[in-house]
Amino acid sequence: MIAEFGHFALALAFALALAQTVLPLWGVARGDARLMGAAAPLALGQLLACAAAFGALLTAFAVNDTSVINVVQNSHSAKPMLYKFAGAWGNHEGSMLLWVLILALCGGAVAGFGRDLPGVLRARVLAVLGLVALGFLAFVLATSNPFGRVWPPAPDGQGLNPVLQDPGLAFHPPLLYLGYVGYAVTFAFAVAALLEGRVDAAWGRWVRPWALAAWSFLTLGIALGSWWAYYELGWGGYWFWDPVENASLLPWLAGSALLHSAIVVEKREALKIWTLLLALLAFGFSLLGTFLVRSGVLNSVHAFASDPSRGTFILALLGIYVAGSLALFAWRAPAMAPTGLFAPLSREGALVLNNLLLCAMAAVVLAGTLWPMFADLLLDQKISVGPPFFNTAILPLVAPLLLAMAAGPLLPWKRARLWPVLQRLWWAALLAAGAVAVMLAFAGWRTGPALGFAAALWLIGGALADLTDRIALFRRPAAAWSRARGLPRAAWGAALAHGGLGLSLLGMAGMGLATDTLAALRPGATLNHAGYQWRLERLEDVAGPNWTARRATVTVLRDGAVVTVLTPERRSFPVAAGMTTTEAAIHTSLTGDLYAVLGEEQGDRAVLRVHHNILAPWIWLGALVMALGGALSLTDRRIRVAAPAPRSVLSAAGHGPDVSRPT
Amino acid sequence: MSLTRKQRRIWIVLLAGLGLGTATALTLTAFQDNLVFFLAPSDIASRNPGPERAFRLGGLVESGSLARGETPEGKPEARFRVTDGPVTIPVTYVGVLPDLFREGQGVVALGKLGRDGQFRASEVLARHDETYMPPEVADALKRSGHWDPAKGAPPPAATWNTLAPKPEKQGG
Repeated sequence: MIAEFGHFALALAFALALAQTVLPLWGVARGDARLMGAAAPLALGQLLACAAAFGALLTAFAVNDTSVINVVQNSHSAKPMLYKFAGAWGNHEGSMLLWVLILALCGGAVAGFGRDLPGVLRARVLAVLGLVALGFLAFVLATSNPFGRVWPPAPDGQGLNPVLQDPGLAFHPPLLYLGYVGYAVTFAFAVAALLEGRVDAAWGRWVRPWALAAWSFLTLGIALGSWWAYYELGWGGYWFWDPVENASLLPWLAGSALLHSAIVVEKREALKIWTLLLALLAFGFSLLGTFLVRSGVLNSVHAFASDPSRGTFILALLGIYVAGSLALFAWRAPAMAPTGLFAPLSREGALVLNNLLLCAMAAVVLAGTLWPMFADLLLDQKISVGPPFFNTAILPLVAPLLLAMAAGPLLPWKRARLWPVLQRLWWAALLAAGAVAVMLAFAGWRTGPALGFAAALWLIGGALADLTDRIALFRRPAAAWSRARGLPRAAWGAALAHGGLGLSLLGMAGMGLATDTLAALRPGATLNHAGYQWRLERLEDVAGPNWTARRATVTVLRDGAVVTVLTPERRSFPVAAGMTTTEAAIHTSLTGDLYAVLGEEQGDRAVLRVHHNILAPWIWLGALVMALGGALSLTDRRIRVAAPAPRSVLSAAGHGPDVSRPT
Repeated sequence: MSLTRKQRRIWIVLLAGLGLGTATALTLTAFQDNLVFFLAPSDIASRNPGPERAFRLGGLVESGSLARGETPEGKPEARFRVTDGPVTIPVTYVGVLPDLFREGQGVVALGKLGRDGQFRASEVLARHDETYMPPEVADALKRSGHWDPAKGAPPPAATWNTLAPKPEKQGG
């Protein structure tokens, strides 16, 4: 019964989405306010229907209803409750249902929070969101129904793929989808603006919170996925330039560019056409990511067997939305005249450079990700593009981006001189140069990590310089506190996000110095690595709720003192046809991770691989700080009330040039 | 020195061209050195990758070929042979084999082929579930005549080790 209810709710959502697309647009065309006003209740209704459908699926998983195929294929009664729920979106059908639920959530949020939007714009935005929902609901209903029944019911489920039974991966898809789907809203705003033929500062102000929220969630989602790969796959790395990872990086790059160019639209009414194009691209990349992951066209470590008809369907959706919006763009964009003029060396100029580099990076990642597919289809060549390609091709673009990133926020709008900015950054530069010198002195000629540390300190220093300058910490220390309180939260957010990237770079540079070794040890034997003694104490069998494992106990000592005890495992899941997973044991501290993996046993010896991952946790802590920066920026008064902050706060502090600075 | 609209348009086109040009140039240069080809054992003679070039070797792990030894530095080393029927390549790998590494099953290894004919793998790729076959391996199986897609699904992974190499296809 519950499955049929869910299926019905899904069909209802489809009907509501259809109405949400047609009625408001018809209303706009006829100038009928009542029809336009129908958009918001319809969006809320669609949200309710999607939530009911998703709730029905969760219930089916929670009670382990084995007459539902999806439950049989992806769950098992012996699984912990968290993974029963996570299993609901850990498979293709469920994850697409989550996709449409989050899309409906975004539509509901626009309907709920967008009361101040002009009626026509709101109607158009909701109609476009309805159109996107329509396509994906049709996709779920036609090719990926999560509520299919099986008769007779199976005695029990087949279990969830064990590598997915992990708290990190339970929350990875929802966060990632919040990011992907968040760009549907900026997309809808862009299409609505194109229909309207007008983009102004107010439009920029409405779009920016959505771009910010989507970006923050996407940052968290990517970081969580990378962290999961780090501790669950047991390879000791954090980013593999895997096609599926790239698929999430593409919207992030385009979204980061969008975030920055939307500031220019809001502040200076320039770069309008470009911002529209970025909004279309960011969502296009989100759809591409969904297509790449869900169609199974990619050969990836994450690839799961899948059905070609689904791929064709998503490809068709991708074609319709991207080609349709780009055609609309080509038709309408020339009508939009830029107004704000600026000199090449200015805040706007720096943001243009940022956009240029981010988009060039996205182009490189796109080429590297898709080329193997095209080579296979067109040239019948089996090739793959690995980390060496991306590292060589991306680095020359990342370097100038990072260099400019510290200086950009210090440049005034319209026109700037470089010298005063560099004067405020001299100590950050000194810090970076010091890092290179120290690195080369202690770790030998390792240019990669040395430059990484330099870039990290340059960014963190730049963020601090930006903040101390804004609150005039050194020039007028007495007034600093009140200035800090008066500083818009968006300014704090931007500095946090830039500094957060610096922290992530710190971790990545540290990982450049990481070392690992491999040894076959008997219990009682000791392995020396990275200044630590790793003593294998014993090997034993242990049992968990739905697995049994072989566990090694490894005591890690430094100069005779016990640092930690690690217990790496190889788990075997009887429900999943005896599949085994490697559970790396990690001791985390702020200076780095001690990481141990148990390999196969040979007679009385066990293969042990140990890593010393210097500064590794900072990669994800940095991403967390970046997302926090985004969240802080979202609470800015200007965004909350959708109105400019009162200038009096800033001008009262008596710092003239700063009034035109962003915020 | 604010720019007029026309000047600015020229600037934008120039900048966009520069960005696109740089991206293309970087991509092409990096492609030249870093594309990793996938080769089945029987492709190696004709493609002759050379000892400097890393490539991905894919096929079935020959039954009974897995042996564990030690490198001169005392690190554990796995030796096995990868076959697609006509040709078999010996592989050495220093590292922890993936959880689902089995004799008789598909495998993809990244590494370089030494002058002595030994393939030194730097990475042996894991698969996420029992029923998943790397597409390249499936393709290699089709080409070597072990699996005819017209006759249905690929042979289940558990029975692959009964797929003996076919000697009559030698030289193909």
